Amino acid sequence: MKAAAFDYLAPRSLDEAVEALSQHGDDARLLAGGQSLAPVLALRLASPAVLIDLNRVEGLGILEIEADGSVLAGAMVRSRTLELSPELARVQPLIHAAMPWVAHVQIRNRGTLGGSLSHADPSAELPAVAVACDATLQLRGPSGQREVAAGSFFRGLFTTALASDEILIGVRFPRCPAGRRHGFAEIARRHGDYAMLGVALSVDVDAASRISAARVVLFGAADLPIRASAVEAALIGEPAVSGIAEQVAPLATDGLEPRSDHQASAEYRRELARVLVRRTLAKALAPGAPSGAAR
Amino acid sequence: MNATASVPGQHGATAGGPQVGRALPRTEDVRFLTGRATFVDDLKRPGQLHAVVVRSPHAHARILGIDATRALALPGVVAVYTWGDIASIAQPIPIRLAPLEGFERYLQYPLAKDRVRHVGEPVALVVADDRYVAEDALDLVDVEYDTEPPVTDVHQAEADGTLVHPDAGSNIAARYTVSRGDPDGGFSRAPYRRRETFRCHRQAALPMETRGLLAEFDAMQRVLRIWGAAKVTFFNRRWLAKVFSMEESAVELLELDVGGSFGVRGELYPEDFLVPFAALSLGRPVKWIEDRREHLLATNHSREIECTLEIACEADGRFIGLRGRVLGDLGAYVRTNGGVVPAKAAQFMPGPYRMPDCEFEVLALMTNKTPVGTYRGPGRYEANFFRERLIDLAAADLGMDPAQIRRINLIGPDEMPFPSGQLCPYEPAIEFDTGDYPMAFERALAETGYGEMLKAGNVAADGRLLGVGLACFVESSGAGPSETGRIKARPDGGIDLFTACSASGQGHETVMAQIVADVLERPVEAFTLHHGSTTLVEFGYGTYHSRAVVVGGSALHRAGEKLLAQGRAWCAQHHGIEPSMIDYRAGRFLRRADPPAAGGEPAPLHPGTFAEIAALADAGDTSAAAAIEAVAVFEVKKRTYTYGTHVAQVAVDPETAEVELLRFLAIEDIGRAVNPLLVHGQAIGAAVQGIGATFLDELVYDDSGQLVTGTLADYLVATATGFPNIEVITLEAHPSKLNPLGVKGAGEGGIVATGAALGNAVAAALAGLGVKITDLPLSPERLARAMREARTRAGAN
Repeated sequence: MKAAAFDYLAPRSLDEAVEALSQHGDDARLLAGGQSLAPVLALRLASPAVLIDLNRVEGLGILEIEADGSVLAGAMVRSRTLELSPELARVQPLIHAAMPWVAHVQIRNRGTLGGSLSHADPSAELPAVAVACDATLQLRGPSGQREVAAGSFFRGLFTTALASDEILIGVRFPRCPAGRRHGFAEIARRHGDYAMLGVALSVDVDAASRISAARVVLFGAADLPIRASAVEAALIGEPAVSGIAEQVAPLATDGLEPRSDHQASAEYRRELARVLVRRTLAKALAPGAPSGAAR
Repeated sequence: MNATASVPGQHGATAGGPQVGRALPRTEDVRFLTGRATFVDDLKRPGQLHAVVVRSPHAHARILGIDATRALALPGVVAVYTWGDIASIAQPIPIRLAPLEGFERYLQYPLAKDRVRHVGEPVALVVADDRYVAEDALDLVDVEYDTEPPVTDVHQAEADGTLVHPDAGSNIAARYTVSRGDPDGGFSRAPYRRRETFRCHRQAALPMETRGLLAEFDAMQRVLRIWGAAKVTFFNRRWLAKVFSMEESAVELLELDVGGSFGVRGELYPEDFLVPFAALSLGRPVKWIEDRREHLLATNHSREIECTLEIACEADGRFIGLRGRVLGDLGAYVRTNGGVVPAKAAQFMPGPYRMPDCEFEVLALMTNKTPVGTYRGPGRYEANFFRERLIDLAAADLGMDPAQIRRINLIGPDEMPFPSGQLCPYEPAIEFDTGDYPMAFERALAETGYGEMLKAGNVAADGRLLGVGLACFVESSGAGPSETGRIKARPDGGIDLFTACSASGQGHETVMAQIVADVLERPVEAFTLHHGSTTLVEFGYGTYHSRAVVVGGSALHRAGEKLLAQGRAWCAQHHGIEPSMIDYRAGRFLRRADPPAAGGEPAPLHPGTFAEIAALADAGDTSAAAAIEAVAVFEVKKRTYTYGTHVAQVAVDPETAEVELLRFLAIEDIGRAVNPLLVHGQAIGAAVQGIGATFLDELVYDDSGQLVTGTLADYLVATATGFPNIEVITLEAHPSKLNPLGVKGAGEGGIVATGAALGNAVAAALAGLGVKITDLPLSPERLARAMREARTRAGAN
């Protein structure tokens, strides 16, 4: 379990990093927190010729919380920083709720937001949270910067919209409006393991206590985080009460073709999807459940 | 547990009272906890090379050719060894234990000759300047394989359609039947019988430190030194000396700190030949450190057994007997542990109960999977699960409480020693030595509030299903044949203790010092234990079967008494006093007042301590030199048997199949606890290891014989936070009469009934749904499927 030889580059600026990546392209891998990449290298599942270390690149560690409650997080923000930021907990409660489920403290100390999103493990928490928050991802390549919605960033198993010469540099989380309910839950073999199945959801409730919008995202279910669109559609216009959960949860598996592995069969994942959607929705809509960004 | 010092006895004038029974922290802790321990990878020899093993990627294939040209051309690669290089001297890995008839056809050579039989089997050894280059070269050794269909389970093996060892003609490596009483008669007259098939899953022992070796030939002294030895150093040395045509004294197996064994570390594996072979061939030190992926593929697996078991009872629930069939999956080769795993499963099948009429057929079967060896409580964890699960099924059929059916069948104290018959073909009949099994059982029920737990009902307020499981066990320890203890006093007041019993973190350095401290009435700090290495005593058998304290400790105890007698005799002669007039107190010999009735205080003798005698020995006094060193052998006539009960309470989420362990108690009578603190740690550690194994650990193979759980991301072990609710109680109610210390082994009772108690607890929780638990592990996928199938059945009715 020793990595094959590679060249190591440690750019100081984003421009240098982009240039290095465009020079080496598919022969290079970006090193962020290294919590997934290092084992991959040690097991020689990947043997890149060049490793471009983003840890010294200036400006990627920002965590800016705007006055309206929207957030711009740099790709190199550590998971632990997201977890422990009281301001983030206030304005983006779903992110805060998800963080304790991301691996273990030691891993969260090193692992990064951008690393998790770029790696695109189908069972990881942060990609689902990004989709549930309707986040926008900022990608930088040699021809400039572009933005991609989280919902179209994930393309498949460990596959994203990133071109081979592009770097994910930041994530913008839009404001969490008043009246938004959120929920997060997952089932893993051990706490800290990748989820066999998880759900991250947000539900917007209007002044008449009716559901005006919903994002219900399942992870661990398929090759990428996917929205339970039948559940979402069924929620729109319904009264925002826990009882609705029982009614819509069976729709969680509409069109779902779950993965199957030795830890969890497709059938078990289907059962978990329905149960977790029901329980998480019911809890989010329960009287007294937190609503919107805290004031 | 009682973690305070025992009441001082009549003897043992050591400052602070007797040391045996004190909960002393480990002497070893300082170096372990401050990063100053020396594990094998910490050792570096000048000019050392690094070896890596080319392993088979196939479960079953013929080797058509091996071409190392490309690997040898890589700068930094020193050598590549294949079968042809070792053929002239190689011998098969020997069977150390449980040599069942027929096993000789299934042995493994250190490198594959013309056929590989499991993923991970060594095919070649690459030696290079550093580990990175060596791993680079792995891909450059071109091995041409012709794959063959693999055998991946016991039924396929027994059918003998595809043969793992074609020359042997069968996959059934051994088959035998053992019995006691009158099984045919008992079963034919029984008013109640029930038969079920149970399965226990394949597991890894997974010590924190993987295997590793560093071998060096000292050309000046003509000695081959091998560091990284563990467990059974003398046996391994004997075999290696024979293979390398060297005198045994010219081969030294040296033990460093060892980060866990649990039975798998220190057995003789192919690498134990290959690494010294490379060092001898190259004349340079060669190091090999097993990485975790190799460990999961190449270090012994254990536990995989399927058992069809039938119980016969009287109408009132009294047991008549057990009979069944044990199918043990031994993997691709019979290695050092022979048939221990299935054989012990059969031997311990009747458990701690009156079970007069038993018969077990045992099949040891070959499959294209990693070879199987012993792992903490080999065969017992499995057998206890099979039997205790079946007892609960019988109790339900008979309308009995699970506690009551056990209560009326446990062997009573008045039946000790209890003959358990000859249920193992390579061992004589056994008898359980001492104990009060019902007492330990009732204590477990009382401590956990068994009745109260049942009264809480089956459904918790949050909708989860509650279940309580009981499991009783008897566990052997202290295997023979013998152990040697050597003691030597130093002029500086220190006393060196020597044993062949290897250590792997248990705290031997502490407990052996405690044992001899009481004999020689010196503080624990005065003693230094030297252990494991073949340079320390003439011979020894090592550390397994919870025997180090029972056998090795008893040998040192004897050696201590012998040293005391020698010291007394030497003082008598030196000072011209009758030996009977010499006292010994707090480390010094004294002249007794004459006559004693005069009431005078005994007078200290000078020289009169072992340090003073040792100083004379250093000055050339040959009689003093003879007096300060003692060697004693403790021979085992019979084994010691601990016993106890495990109780588990679980809550199962009927929708997600998640199980929470609400309560777990392990209670075990080990006769006497030399160090209650370390015994407590052993019991907790064993319980966690077993609980984790029951819920999480599982070596999964796919149909092509590939190990699916090849990293610790897939092979799940209990972490520090996983199971917080564990209690253990260690009893010292019935000391063994078979050794001077009264001790029984303390390392395995915490694990052996975990699967059984947890299986019964989960089964009790899910009984109302019509779920029957017969297979381990209790994984959520498996439980979810069982509940789904039960719902389907219920819907169909």
